[in-house]
Amino acid sequence: MSKSSREAKGAGQRSQAPLMNASIQNRIDTTFTALRERKEKAFMAYITGGDPDLPRTVHIALALARSGVDFLEIGIPFSDPLADGVANQLGAQRALAAGATVPKLLTVIHQIREQSPIPIILYSYLNPIFQFGFSRFQDEALSAGADGLLLLDLPPDEKLLPDRTQKLHRIRLVAPTTSEVRLSRIVADASGFIYYVSREGVTGERTDISATIAENVATIRKYTSLPIAVGFGISNPEQALKIAQMADAVVVGSAIVRRIGEFGEAPDLIERLDRLVRPLVTAVKSAPELTVHA
Amino acid sequence: MQESSELSQLPDIDGHFGPYGGVFVPETLMPAVRQLADEYDIARHDIGFQNEFSSLLSTFCGRPTPLYFAERLSEKLCGPRIYLKREDLLHTGAHKINNAVGQILLAKRMGKTRVIAETGAGQHGVATATVAARFGFECVIYMGKVDMERQSLNVARMEFLGAKVVPVTAGQATLKEAINEAMRDWVTNVRSTHYLLGTAYGPHPYPMMVRDFHRVIGEEARRQILEKEKRLPDLLVACVGGGSNAIGLFHAFLKDEQVRMVGVEAGGRGLTPGNHAARFQGGKLGILQGTKTYLLADEDGQIQLTHSVSAGLDYAAVGPEHSYLRDVGRAEYDYASDDDVIAAFLSLSRLEGIIPALESTHAVSYIMKHAKEMLSDQIIIVNLSGRGDKDVQQVAQYRAGSGT
Repeated sequence: MSKSSREAKGAGQRSQAPLMNASIQNRIDTTFTALRERKEKAFMAYITGGDPDLPRTVHIALALARSGVDFLEIGIPFSDPLADGVANQLGAQRALAAGATVPKLLTVIHQIREQSPIPIILYSYLNPIFQFGFSRFQDEALSAGADGLLLLDLPPDEKLLPDRTQKLHRIRLVAPTTSEVRLSRIVADASGFIYYVSREGVTGERTDISATIAENVATIRKYTSLPIAVGFGISNPEQALKIAQMADAVVVGSAIVRRIGEFGEAPDLIERLDRLVRPLVTAVKSAPELTVHA
Repeated sequence: MQESSELSQLPDIDGHFGPYGGVFVPETLMPAVRQLADEYDIARHDIGFQNEFSSLLSTFCGRPTPLYFAERLSEKLCGPRIYLKREDLLHTGAHKINNAVGQILLAKRMGKTRVIAETGAGQHGVATATVAARFGFECVIYMGKVDMERQSLNVARMEFLGAKVVPVTAGQATLKEAINEAMRDWVTNVRSTHYLLGTAYGPHPYPMMVRDFHRVIGEEARRQILEKEKRLPDLLVACVGGGSNAIGLFHAFLKDEQVRMVGVEAGGRGLTPGNHAARFQGGKLGILQGTKTYLLADEDGQIQLTHSVSAGLDYAAVGPEHSYLRDVGRAEYDYASDDDVIAAFLSLSRLEGIIPALESTHAVSYIMKHAKEMLSDQIIIVNLSGRGDKDVQQVAQYRAGSGT
């Protein structure tokens, strides 16, 4: 976490964020509560909605839930995903080529929701949601069964979204470059959980994990009691276990999206994804009990 | 219309021009853009910085550029008196060097060691590679593969200057994809690297800062026309891709309400999706690459393909200040087709002995069409933002019928 001397003032006091958080209770909260009771860490899987096509997104989502995934992040594809690495860029391209649109993806969410209680976080860039209309999007995403929304290119500094009147959690990003003063503002505006970006960079598989994660997650905990998920660059069970020892949830995306790109047309796609995801889930679940931070 | 004195005070502290502009970037970049805004705010009020900037503009870049009376063009069009602001005579061949010099000085102040940039036509890439060489920075330029092919001369120039040119193959492999890739590099190397963005676009402070570094174009032109004609011009014309040369010319005249301003976008092959880059013709409000502005997107918010004979205008969004100037009625925006641009390219070459960049030729094309609507005692200033050496092959191919 970067500390500029100018911004370091006022650091350290605990935030009031849980007050706002308490007003929203949905599957994200109940799932984290249940996991804490079971003394388990959470595994979040990211897939691009509509990749390789809309019907198979439903199948893949349900299969991931059966493989032990606790939370699903579903990307709404955008033509210009500038925070994403190659794997997710290609995923978005495949989805758009296969006809994914915001309304069709909301139908996909609804179909998943009819068959599974797994919490769903929608992950996107601003423009597709802006064109759809934010208020309408919040209403329709919620009624389709989504639980959270993460917009990569909407920092809390911009007041573009309507006031939060719906029970759709607004997931906020914190980065290694985020100062503590920014952090306190970000968590005040967040609910559901905090998504910590593990490294300076775009999404994608990496061979190592950043050395600053533990320290920065600890800093975030000084400001919020919201669960902390860590993503960007995590792809194998060894990395997932290390992250699970520091955070409340581990996010794996590009490794899954890349597999869907390679085997999207294969008859055994679902089995292949299960073979990829189960060891990740096992690794995360083998991590010791959550650090209690109260 | 908003008071013109207020217009020139924009943007607000967070980079908003009315409903446009702002900062829409991933959290990893927020501290970097905030630092840049803070540093620029100090530098713009620092006499030492301004003196160094001015000195480099004159001794390294060749400012002031002439305001040239295009006598034969004026005669040919039987209309008003046409002046060309000769940014094409600057070092590296286009206005882009003004901004590159300003930003490299800021990068130095911030202790960065590496600069990256996107480029379309290659002019901004060449300008960036040039200042990186001059100040000893590592330099990486992202350029769409399609643009590398149509602007191969500029690719060679950047490499001679010591820059690494990275081809971008995503999407339609032009300017927009090059910006995405530069942003990804910046997110990854944000502590060591300054992103030397080449147009009045992107997250705050870029639209304001790039405009300010080009403001010298209009300041000079205003002084020069007052010297030559003892009065202000009736019309300013400039091409608009992101819009840096246009805003650089327009800004010093914003308060002169009698001066009309026209920005000319790329009409390409016609105003159907995928065939043009005229954001004010069929575009809509949206958010792309850090800012809120007019852009070309489909009904689902996906950014549309664009086309222009000029790589530098082949971009799906327009700088946010232009969106605002259009809203409040201070500037107007028109477009020129590829065919008209090629015709104007040849006309200017043969009438004035000046081969213009295809981007700048859009402004010339507008004049060729509309000068006859004006009176002979009226005055036009056209921003000739770049020279056409880089476009010689492209135009030859187009004329041979193989150009697309």
